[in-house]
Amino acid sequence: MTKPKKKEEKNDAKSPSYARMYEQMWKIRAFEEQANNLYMSAKMPGLTHMYTGQEAVAVGICEALTDTDYITSTHRGHGHCIAKGAELDRMFAELLGKASGYCRGKGGSMHIADTERGNLGANAIVGGSMGIATGAAMSCKMQNNGDVAVCFFGDGALGQGLLYEVMNMAQLWKLPVIYVCEQNLYGEYTHYTEMMAGEILDRPRAFGVHAVEVDGQDVRQVYQAASELVERARQGHGPAFLQCNTYRYLGHHVGDIDRTFYRSKEEEQFWKTDRDPIKILGDWMVKQKHADATELDDVQKRVYDYIESAVNSALDEPFPAAEEVDQHVYA
Amino acid sequence: MSMPESNSENHERQITFAQAVNEAISEELRRDPKVFVIGEDIAEAGTTFKVLSGLVEEFGTERIIDSPISEAGITGIGVGAAMTGMRPIVDIMFGDFLTLTMDQIANQAAKTHYMSGGTLQVPMVLRTTMGASRRSGAQHSQSLHAWACHVPGLKVAIPSTPYDAKGLLKTAVRDNNPVVTFEDKMSFTLKGHVPEEEYTIPFGVADVKREGSDITFVAISSMVQVALDAAEELSTMGIDAEVVDPRTLVPLDVDTMVESVKKTGRAVIIDEGYQGYGVTGELASVLAQEAFYYLDTPVTRLGAMDVPIPFSPPLEDLTIPNKELLVKTALRLCGKR
Repeated sequence: MTKPKKKEEKNDAKSPSYARMYEQMWKIRAFEEQANNLYMSAKMPGLTHMYTGQEAVAVGICEALTDTDYITSTHRGHGHCIAKGAELDRMFAELLGKASGYCRGKGGSMHIADTERGNLGANAIVGGSMGIATGAAMSCKMQNNGDVAVCFFGDGALGQGLLYEVMNMAQLWKLPVIYVCEQNLYGEYTHYTEMMAGEILDRPRAFGVHAVEVDGQDVRQVYQAASELVERARQGHGPAFLQCNTYRYLGHHVGDIDRTFYRSKEEEQFWKTDRDPIKILGDWMVKQKHADATELDDVQKRVYDYIESAVNSALDEPFPAAEEVDQHVYA
Repeated sequence: MSMPESNSENHERQITFAQAVNEAISEELRRDPKVFVIGEDIAEAGTTFKVLSGLVEEFGTERIIDSPISEAGITGIGVGAAMTGMRPIVDIMFGDFLTLTMDQIANQAAKTHYMSGGTLQVPMVLRTTMGASRRSGAQHSQSLHAWACHVPGLKVAIPSTPYDAKGLLKTAVRDNNPVVTFEDKMSFTLKGHVPEEEYTIPFGVADVKREGSDITFVAISSMVQVALDAAEELSTMGIDAEVVDPRTLVPLDVDTMVESVKKTGRAVIIDEGYQGYGVTGELASVLAQEAFYYLDTPVTRLGAMDVPIPFSPPLEDLTIPNKELLVKTALRLCGKR
């Protein structure tokens, strides 16, 4: 395999923007509130898994990527999709099973793919996309296009054997893939300490994979780490593993309301008041005079207005026609 | 003793099934730089069955990639590479190991195009093997093609001759969908005519391997040769059997099978896969539904016995349909016992 192009040769790399990251995090927060409303008002078929509380992970990582870089996502995937640049009306339409959705309503919340922005899809099998992300990275290396692949997964997915098969190959073949572990402490309704032996970072390190841990509530830290790992991968130095310590504010899914049997309300409150990623960035921006409080409020208001119009337009869209049911089984 | 001078068959090029597979992959690698092969011991070793010998010398280790023993991992990598512009051929040594790839095959490869509303494609070939009789025990002898057939979104090719193996494999590589191909391990040394010139075989087109008027044998893979041998023996007893080889199970050429059965009025489906809930059951139900009023006898199935394949040779041989059983079955159906 030939050496990948260097990042400097890619002319569409974004420069980091705190204002954009702030707005993107609010978009995710507001999107999830609306998704929850759709569920509670019985307008959404099925259910969905909220990303609320973890916004800094998706936004910090995707800020370090270009449109042609790939991501793979999870059942808790709205945040990744938004952070990679998806249009929210088409996302809402997908959640509602409408024909104008990203997957013509055939995928739903757990399967949104946005090929124009390199999102190879959310995956409803825990750990199911680890091979896909690694294969996408192999593709980038073979095509020598300088792109990288990011594989998002939660701490629950550390129990899946596929990760250890593909990390081994990624390191053997120096593939440009970054495994992003969102350590939100819980796999479904169980604390990770009950399910995981040893330390998370010891696992990638056993394969010689470069492994780093960051505060996943601080988007600046996430971005900084991600941009270093992405650059490293673009330069041909191979895979990396990034552990982002974060917290899932809400339940495993929208129906997981009473959570006291597996975690305390005090714990939840602590993260929401002391460790909120949007507040942490907002406070820093004000302190550093990147923005004043009024400007930040305006961002929030603008996002909520946008979200409302996006969800309303999606609600008005038609369902797919019956003839679509057996279309797209084969290409 | 001198040979006849102008027997055209003697001038036809004869190669083995394994050579035909090797040629198909070599030609596709030469034709399209996006094609690569990944699998266990496929490079210098040329696979356990030596089917891919010589490829690494021509195409290098960048395109003939030896992998760790990680079937799920290499299949997942194949899916991801296929989604992003490459055309991987994933080599899974034994069909029994398909079990290790099932999430990547059934939940990822097969569903990606549909779940994405047609925006993503997975142009990947998963090449694997099937077939008993090698005294390899219960975990190296199964024919699990029915598993792949049961998942919408996968195509399934299952050649019986060197000619079909080459033509179908080349079509598989060019198809924009995930295709699982099953090659019978005992057939790798089978010789047959394969022309020098380029050709492909379309999916969903059955081949009538022998024409006949009294009974139809729908035979899959290794069982095509069994059916042809049985037909020869039956011809000495006044029974003229037709042998239909579907060649691909998904898509399935229903018309050719049905037309044959309309002509003969009798059908036996013979397959090396397990009989229970398998390919013989599916094909029998298709014939029963589409050709019911033309049938003189019930559609009859001969599949592998529903037991784990035993190691001991006399036991193993009992589990797979053979010529004697097919002849006996055909005589019974034709009222000649």
